[in-house]
Amino acid sequence: MNQMTNFTKGFLKENPVLVLLLGMCPTLGVSTSAINGLGMGLATTFVLVMSNIVVALVKDLIPSKVRIPSFIVIIASFVTIVELSMQAYAPALYDSLGIFIPLIVVNCIVLGRAEAFASKNNVGSSAIDGLGMGLGFAFALTMLGSIREMLGGGAIFGHKFIQGDGILVFILAPGAFIALGFLIALIQRLRKV
Amino acid sequence: MAQKESTFLNMFLTLLVVTGVAALALGGVYTATKTPIELAKKAKLEAAIAMVVPEFTNKPGEEAIALTSDDGFALKLFPARDAAGQVVGVAIESVTMKGFSGEVRVMVGFKPDGEVINYQILEQKETPGLGTKMVDWFKTNVKKQSILGKNPDNVKFIVSKDGGDIDAITAATISSRAFLDAVTRAHKTFMEYKTKQEGSL
Repeated sequence: MNQMTNFTKGFLKENPVLVLLLGMCPTLGVSTSAINGLGMGLATTFVLVMSNIVVALVKDLIPSKVRIPSFIVIIASFVTIVELSMQAYAPALYDSLGIFIPLIVVNCIVLGRAEAFASKNNVGSSAIDGLGMGLGFAFALTMLGSIREMLGGGAIFGHKFIQGDGILVFILAPGAFIALGFLIALIQRLRKV
Repeated sequence: MAQKESTFLNMFLTLLVVTGVAALALGGVYTATKTPIELAKKAKLEAAIAMVVPEFTNKPGEEAIALTSDDGFALKLFPARDAAGQVVGVAIESVTMKGFSGEVRVMVGFKPDGEVINYQILEQKETPGLGTKMVDWFKTNVKKQSILGKNPDNVKFIVSKDGGDIDAITAATISSRAFLDAVTRAHKTFMEYKTKQEGSL
């Protein structure tokens, strides 16, 4: 596939959250507000791009039987780098995202793309795949975060536009599932168009 | 695409190299970010103190006094002084382990007589959208939510559900109880310290 398709597939056709249904845990847990969703999405995008590049670079040097442990060490290293950098240079975001930052390591999308794509393609394509998938993930998380923030608190990106409380369930886990379900249904409909 | 054979030696060497390089990279990043992280923490502390006490001319962060609460928690007292050296307020870093997800650290500013000026949440891992509301719930002047301007000596810093005078966060009673626990601990320890100092800070 050409690089344009490679990049854009992460948004709609093969959106990791809404179509491939990967990385559900952080999607549901972090999307309580738009900015949290965006921050998490961008952090994950960085890890995805870097780990895809490194995996594509070393794919021929790693024996098949130890590829998963090797990929995990590579991914975990980048996640730790993101965590330390956030703690040093974006402490407010670090406090908001909390435990979900180290959990990027076990985000299925990262290992999934390393195994399904980066270990079988060249560096350039892998980097673009990582970027597309990561931004698609960020897009899904920001959308879900916005919906939950608007319905659950009457705010968007921290700006309250409705006084008083929103529909509390959307800030809680059940609301996350409900909103996500509708979002997936919407994307399925759009994909058929 | 040729891949390396999965012989024992190859696997051993690969894992050795991968983990070795990772360790080096992480060690490097850790060292590089160590100072910025400490600076960020210090800046957060000074900002938290400035938020909860009136204007001061000293550096409260550097005048920290270590206190121990009745139940053995380590608290810190930061005196805020005016130009004449008089204490205009006291910022106390307090803690509770009764949060929904464990530890909650609070910075509470008291007037010398024990009245709450303001507070700032330093660390918490409460449920987003619920317990995390403690960040501004108890500052909001609605019904009996706010603790600002109230003195635990006169007002019961306990949630209404338990017979107290403060309204808990809707659907986050445990977090609310934990928050008030931290504040009362700070107040109690401060008052005890004041008595020991015979009124002069």
